[in-house]
Parts: sequence; structure tokens; C-alpha cells
Amino acid sequence: MQLKPYAKCLALALSLALLAGCASRGGSQDGMAGSADGSRDGVSGSDATRSGQASGSRMGDGAGQQADARIPEVRTIYFAYDSDIIQSEFEPVLASHVRYMRNNSDASVVLQGHTDERGTREYNMALSERRADAVERFLNVQGVSPSQIDVVAYGEERPAARGQNEEAYAQNRRVVFAY
Amino acid sequence: MKALITTWLAAALLVFGSLAQADLTIEITRGSDRATPIAVVPFGGGDALPEDVSRIIHDNLARSGYFDPLERNAMFERPTTGDEVRFGDWRALEVRYLVVGTATQEGNGYRIQYELMDVSGERRMLGEVVTAGNGELRGAGHYISDQIFEAITDIRGAFSTRIAYVTARGTGDNIRFVLHVADADGHNSQQILSSDEPILSPSWSPDGRKLAYVSFETGRPAIYIQNLNSGERVRATSFEGINGAPAWSPDGRRLAMSLSKDGQPEIYVMDIGSRDFQRLTNNSSIDTEPSWAPDGQSLVFTSDRSGGPQLYRYDLASGESERLTFTGNYNARGRFAPDGESLFLIHRGDRGYQVARQELDSGRLVVLSDSGQNESPSVAPNGTMVIFATQQGNRGVLGAVSADGRSSFRLPSAEGDVREPAWSPFLD
Repeated sequence: MQLKPYAKCLALALSLALLAGCASRGGSQDGMAGSADGSRDGVSGSDATRSGQASGSRMGDGAGQQADARIPEVRTIYFAYDSDIIQSEFEPVLASHVRYMRNNSDASVVLQGHTDERGTREYNMALSERRADAVERFLNVQGVSPSQIDVVAYGEERPAARGQNEEAYAQNRRVVFAY
Repeated sequence: MKALITTWLAAALLVFGSLAQADLTIEITRGSDRATPIAVVPFGGGDALPEDVSRIIHDNLARSGYFDPLERNAMFERPTTGDEVRFGDWRALEVRYLVVGTATQEGNGYRIQYELMDVSGERRMLGEVVTAGNGELRGAGHYISDQIFEAITDIRGAFSTRIAYVTARGTGDNIRFVLHVADADGHNSQQILSSDEPILSPSWSPDGRKLAYVSFETGRPAIYIQNLNSGERVRATSFEGINGAPAWSPDGRRLAMSLSKDGQPEIYVMDIGSRDFQRLTNNSSIDTEPSWAPDGQSLVFTSDRSGGPQLYRYDLASGESERLTFTGNYNARGRFAPDGESLFLIHRGDRGYQVARQELDSGRLVVLSDSGQNESPSVAPNGTMVIFATQQGNRGVLGAVSADGRSSFRLPSAEGDVREPAWSPFLD
């Protein structure tokens, strides 16, 4: 497993996760991505800046049993047009799923990749797989077992919103965590 | 029906058949700004039948883009045989060709007698009696349209072919996907497969008897091959990852496809009999949407190896891929014209995603459709038209454009979104 190239990303991801957590962003009704875990993430985050490789195994250690026993509420992340780059605002969401999966080794998830309707169908199928693959790599790097993750690429076939406008397109460019 | 078709006035056919060949010079060229004026006179006795055969012929010829049929209310007289035609009257209406005939019930079926007249030459070009069984009147209309189209243009008519397409109704988790096959004019639709998971990418076998397609009915994509007569079907591939974009080889023995089982989507060719796979591409980019050249020696496919999607051609003998498209930053889903000399594709241009044609020799790319958001171009087996998916309001509908971009039409659609059209080969 090649962790090195991801170390920098990871450090950044975790710092951003902290920021986002403190700002109480991203569906934290049950406090999962909220301040309770945020402080712990902060600890891991500062570790990560020194040792990205280590942070993966530390992340989520000792996190509240209660919180991590439940599937995170936010199960969809969104992408920019023609992009499979995970935007920083969604890293807290991914972090919550990492904690859940690592604390529940029986849990398995299907990462469902989607695109908006523009462009050709089979090419979009491939783009949606790239998005789901990007999320899968992120989870793997953070210590989620590959055996817990499955990917299904749907392309533009299952839109979440209808309409030929940017609002609908933005809602359709997504990866869904289906447990 | 075909077996029942009998020639009428065989001697006249022989004579006028050869004249028709000589008439090929008629100015129906792709450069022409005007479709050829023709009149399809309502067939005598046709009012009593369940289908208006002369209307079917009129509509077919109009849609082809090659003809501009005269409206019925502009006709001063309604001859039903060639002998009744007063050529001067039709010349005055600037009609170049005239179709006259009768359609009557005969036993359990129908008897249609038609003649194609050349107005300026004042002669008969075609004369035939067609008998059709119960429920075959539309088929008879398409057959006659094919004969007329070929007699005048020297291009084989494609009115008797069919189209496969997918409809989707509903939103979110409640979408119903249905694969259909219908006549080329959208009539006589039959349901082939229905699922609450996606169905896409139908591809006809060269004999027109089977469809390959992608179905997610198990929750994952798999490629299936279905016999249209028996309904019997087999799962051809269900590898991990994408199983997509099936494309039948011209000899009917192989299926090209895109599989991501080894990481990212690559082009493979499966021998349908042995189930052996040959991997054609090998790189870290997306390779998908294969389509065979008519001679079976090469395939065109979409790849983003240069950054954005562009079309490449894989030569089976050399194993080399060559980039074909350089106009713009999005060119995908290429389909060969039947003569192998040009490609139809989706090009992102000024107005979004449009159907375009690129000549292979010159590399010149011409945009054919006038609105954006087009997908899935599929070429008629005679190369004259391209059918594609487009948007009308908020709904997906099928559109078609002539290969020269001069005429276009839309297909009537029921409720829901219609997409993924695939034009059948000639059905003999």
C-alpha cells in the first residue's frame, strides 16, 4: 500500500476536518461531526502534520462509543463539474464514515458514484466510477479495510434531481454511502 | 408479408426498372437546398382500412429529408392508377414524382396496388401489388416507401427497420426503466425488458435478431444478450466494476465492451461462442464506447488519455491506437457511417453537446443538430439519418437529423424520458 503520496493530503484533510467540525458544519444532529469529536480530531490532526502515516491508525481511536455505533447521517458528498477531487468541505463527512467503519468492522458500504446528465452515458459511467474510487482510496488510506468497501458506478442513470440547470446538476454529481 | 409480395406488370417493371436506374441522376444530392417535391395521392379505398397506407408513405418520405411531399389539400385530383394521371396538372404544381394506388381488404388481409410515376418524363417507374396480412398494413406502407425511396435516390430505404430505446419514468428511488423495440417511425412499440434498475446501451446484432444491453437489475451492471423472438437471454459478463458499452462486431461473433475489472475502464473484445476475452487497451485513463468499423478491422472508442474525452481508432492488425478528433475538448461516443468514411459523434460545441459528423479522410467536423444536450447518436443502416437522444422542455425525447444536417425531426414519445436509441440493421 502506498501511503506516502497521501500523507500530505491526509494532514490537510484532517486539519480541514477540524476547522469544519468547529464551525459545526455538515449534518451533525447526533454530534458525530460536531464539537465532541472535533476536539479529538484536532489531536489526531496535529499528529498528522508530523506523521501522516501514523495519523491513519490514530484517527478515531477512543472516539465516543455511542456516536460511532451509528451510521453517520450525512451519506452523500458532492463534486465539481468534471472532477473527482474530494472537496475539503466534505472531508468531515468522510471522516465520520471512517470512524464508523473502523469501529464497526462488520459494517460494509457500497459507494455509489453518480454524474450529472451532461455528456455521454457510458463516459459518465466511467467518470462516476472515478468519483467513487476517489472516496474508496480516501477511506482505505485512513485505515478502512478494503473488504468493507464496494463500488457501483451509476453514471447519470439515477439522478437525485431533475432539470437542466446548475442546481440540479450539482445535486447529481455525487457519491452516496449506501450501507 | 414479404413472401406474399408479388410483382405486378412484370414487363413494365423490367422496362421502367432500368429507366429508374437511368434516372438516378435526379438532383437529390446532399448539397441540394431543396427536398424533391413528390405527391402521394390518397389511395383509393384506403379510407375503409385501419391504417392510412398512403399517409404512412407520405410521412416516411417527408421524414427522410430527401422529399417534400405535397399536402393533400393542395391536390386538385386524386387519380388511383397511372392511366388516370394527367401529368400536366401535376407539373403545374411543380411535383416531380407521383405515387398513386388503391388499398382494399381481401380475405383476412389487404391488397395494395401502387405505381410511382415520373411527372416530367410522363412515365411509370414502378408498379407493384403488395399483399399484407392482418396487422401488416404499416409494414406494407414501409415496404412501399423503401421501394419508392430507392427507385428515385438509388439509396436503399430504411423505413422497414426498427429502433431500440429505453424509457424511464419516475424520480429518485422510484424510477421504472423499460427497454423497447419499435418500428423506425416509433409505432408498434414492444416491451423487451422492464426493471427498477437502470438499463442502457442497447446494441443490435448484425442479423437484427438479438440485442445486447447493460442492465443493473442485480444491483450491479452486467451485459446481457437477448433473443428478440424467443425472449431467451444470457448474461454475457458480470465482472466487478463497469460492464458497459457492448458493441456487436459486423460478423456477429464478437462483442466489444468496456470493463473496469482491472482498475479503470478498458476496451475488451469477447468471443461470444468461446467466451474468450481479448484486452485491447491498457493505460490509466478511461477507455469506453467502442464501435466497430463496418469492415471489422478496427474500432473507434472514447478515451480521456489526452485529458478530456476524444475519439481514437484501434487497429486490430497492428494493435495501435490513433487519435481521430482534434476539434474542441469533448468528442465522444463515435459511430461509423455504414460506408466507413465518416463518424457520427457527440461534440461539445457552442450550444452544448451536439451530434456531429467527422470525415475520416479530411478530419473535418460538422455539427448536425441544432440544440444542446444530445446523446447516443445511432446511424440508420443506409447512412442517411442519425437518431439520438435530446431534451424537449424537461423531458428526454428522441430526435433525428439527416446525415447532411439539412433536415431533422423528433419522434413521438409517450410519457417519461426516452433515451438510448439504437437503429437496427436492415431486417431481411
